Amino acid sequence: MQIASAAKSLLLKEFVAAFFLSFRYLLKPKATLNYPHEKNPQSPRYRGEHALRRYPNGEERCIACKLCEAICPAQAITIEAAPRGNDGTRRTTRYDIDMTKCIYCGFCQEACPVDAIVEGPNSEFATETREELFFDKQRLLDNGAIWEREIARNIAADAPYR
Amino acid sequence: MELLLSILLIIVKSLAILVVGLVLIAYYILVDRKVWAAVQLRRGPNVVGPWGLWQSFADMIKFLVKEPIIPDGANKGVFLIAPLVTATLALAAWAVIPVNDGWAVANLNVGVLYIFAISSLGVYGIIMGGWASNSKYPFLAALRSAAQMVSYEVSIGFVIITVLLCAGSLNLNDIVRAQDTKLGLFGWYWLPLFPMFVIFFISALAETNRPPFDLVEAESELVAGFMVEYSASQYLLFMLGEYVAIVTMCALMTVLFFGGWLPPLNIAPFTWVPGVIWFVLKVSWFFFLFAMVKAFVPRYRYDQLMRLGWKVFLPISLVAVVVVAGVLQFVVHVGQ
Repeated sequence: MQIASAAKSLLLKEFVAAFFLSFRYLLKPKATLNYPHEKNPQSPRYRGEHALRRYPNGEERCIACKLCEAICPAQAITIEAAPRGNDGTRRTTRYDIDMTKCIYCGFCQEACPVDAIVEGPNSEFATETREELFFDKQRLLDNGAIWEREIARNIAADAPYR
Repeated sequence: MELLLSILLIIVKSLAILVVGLVLIAYYILVDRKVWAAVQLRRGPNVVGPWGLWQSFADMIKFLVKEPIIPDGANKGVFLIAPLVTATLALAAWAVIPVNDGWAVANLNVGVLYIFAISSLGVYGIIMGGWASNSKYPFLAALRSAAQMVSYEVSIGFVIITVLLCAGSLNLNDIVRAQDTKLGLFGWYWLPLFPMFVIFFISALAETNRPPFDLVEAESELVAGFMVEYSASQYLLFMLGEYVAIVTMCALMTVLFFGGWLPPLNIAPFTWVPGVIWFVLKVSWFFFLFAMVKAFVPRYRYDQLMRLGWKVFLPISLVAVVVVAGVLQFVVHVGQ
């Protein structure tokens, strides 16, 4: 028994086997994605950067019900509301999300009765300063304008499961 | 005039082997990283230049323009000399390696002894660096490396003796010529001295502090070993010295066991290829083996390392020296 194991280690049996095994791995296709050039497929439920949406006629969806502010577990959302000057409808005068607090749970999106606040597909919004991550209403509406097509498509794709 | 010309010739030869060798080593480092990555299903460096071909040069520039940091408690002189010692000694070994028939900067009659001496001195760079850093991890690493390199040099020495017995010369050129038989590939010393070849390969891994014997710089225990306190160009010199030593070991294996510049078979299409190409191909093959071993063998524990060196390799190579000498004596007697 001892002789057998000694012969095995002297003949480097396991090392030779390991060499061929790792050589097979060497020739396998790589598991790494070439990130900025290649990306993984994304679920329609992906929870990325927030956006405030508008109706197709340009009216903003948000009615300042503050449900998102109430449900936000990280208390990242701050809303102030007032009747709007021209037609007296209830609108937000301030809609801030502190992206450094946000945990991307998606509760704001779930709570919203009019699909106004959503988390879009974008995850590449790193900034150089902390201040840039304090999103205000204008920034969120701009995001909505940029990502509306993708957001609408994702909501439509996910609708049968909700 | 005559003297001046010969000095000039030596300088040109040295520069040629340094420039070509260093460029080759830049790519060997890339190959090392690529092979390691590929075995782990990663891509390895692929951003700098096409397929990452300029990666080593980008790294070099980065190391050169960084600020060299000298720790407060370090022994400044020794701290700065240590990487120089490592790199210079590693490069000096290339003086006697024949890349083609007679193509060596110095055709020493004791070439093997010279290489052996130079590579033994290489441990001083590491010890100096580890001691001068005046820090715990480098010091531990330096102690480990001293013990490790000394133990494996013993068995390497005996392995080389068996080759010398067969070749009957200490000149690296003559050792290669002695392997030039009608058998081609099968006349090289790796076949008759196969166990010695394997022991030499493993000892070379230990001698150059390559994984699985990289206890000296074991990232997970000693951070980076004797190089912890080094940065910028000093670190570059250490890395360079290490890789040059690895390629030297590959070259030595090629010369001693794989017939140096000889073509694998002494027939037409093989003999058309120049000897340098064969030499570089063989060295590259051994470097590939080094890189593969790094990828698939887990690191040895310190006591396992010492056991392997002193209780396995040393007795085997000692017996082998006696056996080879005996067989040669017997064959010579029969021949007479």
